[in-house]
Order: sequence, then C-alpha cells, then structure tokens
Amino acid sequence: MATTAAVQQTKWWTGGKSPFNLEYGKLMMWYFLMSDAFTFGAFLISYGSIRFSQNFWPDPNVVFNAFPGAGHANLPLAFVSVMTFILIISSVTMVLAVHAGHNNDKQGVIKWLFWTIIGGAAFLGCQAWEWHHLITGEHAVLVDGQLDIVGQTTRINPWGDLASQTDVAAAIQNTPRETLVRLAEMGGHGHEGAAHTNFASLSNAELIKAIDLEGLHIRENGPVAFGGYFYGITGFHGFHVFSGVIINIIMLIMTQKDVFARRGHYLMIEKTGLYWHFVDLVWVFVFLCFYLI
Amino acid sequence: MQHPAFEEVTFHHHTDDATFKKKVKNTTILLSILTIVELAIGLIIYNMHKGDAPNELLVLMFKGMVCILTLAKAYYIVSVFMHLGDEIRNMIMTIVVPLLLFVWFIAAFIWDGNSYKNLRNKYDAHYKESTMPTKH
Repeated sequence: MATTAAVQQTKWWTGGKSPFNLEYGKLMMWYFLMSDAFTFGAFLISYGSIRFSQNFWPDPNVVFNAFPGAGHANLPLAFVSVMTFILIISSVTMVLAVHAGHNNDKQGVIKWLFWTIIGGAAFLGCQAWEWHHLITGEHAVLVDGQLDIVGQTTRINPWGDLASQTDVAAAIQNTPRETLVRLAEMGGHGHEGAAHTNFASLSNAELIKAIDLEGLHIRENGPVAFGGYFYGITGFHGFHVFSGVIINIIMLIMTQKDVFARRGHYLMIEKTGLYWHFVDLVWVFVFLCFYLI
Repeated sequence: MQHPAFEEVTFHHHTDDATFKKKVKNTTILLSILTIVELAIGLIIYNMHKGDAPNELLVLMFKGMVCILTLAKAYYIVSVFMHLGDEIRNMIMTIVVPLLLFVWFIAAFIWDGNSYKNLRNKYDAHYKESTMPTKH
C-alpha cells in the first residue's frame, strides 16, 4: 500500500502532468494574492503596533455611528454591517458566476457577474459616503487650550478622550470669536426655539453663555495616526474593490463578445473570482481591526 | 475530465449542480451567522464601554472571541469560495506555510508597540499624565 501511494505521488512530478493540477495563470493569481495578503497584513500590523503604543485609542463606536439619512442618531455598527453584507453577497454571486463558467453557461456568467459588479459599486458608494461624512463632519474639540471645530483628517481628528468640564471652561475663554459663533450655531441654548437667532450679533460673553457645552460632548483631539491609518487602509482596500469592479466589467464585456466561448473555457472568470473573494477576505479583517475591536 | 486547452490539467473536483448549490447555500448562511454574532459581540462591547467601570478582562475576552470568529470566516471564504480546500495538498501548502510568518509578525510588532508604551510611561511622567485617559 505504502509503495503504491508513493508511486502515485511522485507521478505528478515525472512530466506530462501539472504537479499542482492548476493552470498557470490561476496558480500565479494565488501567489499574487498571497503577496497581497502580506501587504495588507503589514498595514494592519503596523496599525496594531501603533495602537498598542498609545495610552488612549478612540472607541470605534464613537467614530462610526452614523447612518445615511439618520441625521445625528447614534447607530454604532449599523452602516458597516450593511457594507459587510454587501461584500459577502457579492462574493456569493461571484461563486455562482464561476460555477456558471464551469458549465460553459454564458448567460449564467453574464447574469451573476452583473450582480457582482452591482454589489461592488454599492460597496464603493457606501465607502464614499462614509469618508465624506467623516471628513466633513463638524465636531467641537479641545485642542491646544482652545476650542475648535474639526472633522477627521490625516492631520487631526476629534476622537480623543472626553475633555473635563474645567478644561473646557478655561479653553472657551481663549477661543476665537468666529469659532464661538459656529459653536453657538451647532448647539446653543434655546437653539430649537429660536432657529434664527443671529448669534453673530452677540458679544463674546453672551456667546459663551449661549453655547451648550455639555450638549456638544467636547473631546480632546485623538491620536494623529488614527486618521492616516483609517484612510490609508480602507482606501487601499477600496482601491482593490474599485479595480476588481473594473476587471469584472472587462470580463463581462469579454463574455458578451464570446471571447471565452471561443476559447472553450471560462478560466478567466475563475481568476477574477479569486481576486474578488480576496477583496472580501481582506474586508473581513479590516472590519475586525477598525470597527469591531 | 481533461481540460480542452490544458491537457496536463485534470479536474477531479468538479461537483454536480445540486451538491454545489447546497454547499454555497450552507456557506452563505454560515458566514451570515458568524457576522451577526460578531456584530452582537460588538454591541455588547459598546454597551460595556458605556457603563461606568467596564471589566477590562471581559472586554478583552469578547474581543478575542471576535478575532476567532473572523478567522473562521476567513477559513470558509478561502476554503469554499476560493476552492483552496479542493486543490492538491502540495499546492495548499505553498500558500499556507508562508502565511505562518504572520504568527511571528503579529506577535512581535504588537509586543514591540506595547513595550514602547510601557517604557515611555516609565521614563516620561509628563507624557503619561497628559495622555492617560481619565475615568468619567
């Protein structure tokens, strides 16, 4: 028994056969994906290393709690779960496209590739909304002994520790007038009742009295690296999704033009399928590192 | 079945439609359940952080559970959706064995970051005082 098994194993390497039973392009796609896994891994591990070197790191549920159309409602994890499910479902439709390719079913490949492209585009749309929301968001923040209004960029972010009331009371005295006006507009006492209060006409002392400091939940500025890592890693992943969508569109056109039907096989769909699943795989880890823990 | 374009490549693992559909359906359900459990744990962590004095060890345990669930998801995506589980063992090993570097990679760099934090807190009192989060 042992000898026959050994003979059968070595037979793969005696020539005339593919030792890995894989077409060249597919094998190379696997090795590319392995190297890409190291690239993403390096980014995420670098993020983890910096995060472990800080005494304070922002709570993801404070940062990612918005949902399109829900205004200022506090909905942690809601939007990112939508994004996660979009990618999982688009991965499933890609599996179905690859299977249709196995069966040389041109219409099936077209149908499922189409839905995969829709899923990828939907994910990119979600990410665009999320980035836009984070960059243009207006948050009162205590930085360098005065109050400021910032969004999340690679230079500053408003996700630090909650500032103490005494620090805020001292900082508001050093805050420039135009910031005071904007703070009063963001959350002033009696803001709802008198929506058209002309805060610009008030004096500085009146403005300070009008600002609802507790309601603004003022934080200190968070670790500078947070913005850079978030935009860098989700951006790199988003670029993979984008290129995946482009490649899928090219495959859709080639399928429609009968390129693969004439070739007699749909191996290209398998290779793009591998790439697409990898994008989903990376998102699983990005989701873990940025949103869950 | 021999492949028309690549004579040296044979496909032993071509599944029939019914088995395939069942496998894909089961994997999809499994991935969805794992994701929902992850989200539930995420909400538990969120509510613990909202509380007055979160039990740090319990939070850490929940975070560890999410990490394990993520690895399970990764396994199913790679093994079923990417069909790596159906490939020849030697080929699987050429992918999986290099990835074992991650074990050292993750441990070493997290350890390094943590050690940097501890050294800084030990020798730079001002840094420690100005960056340590206050309890609310």
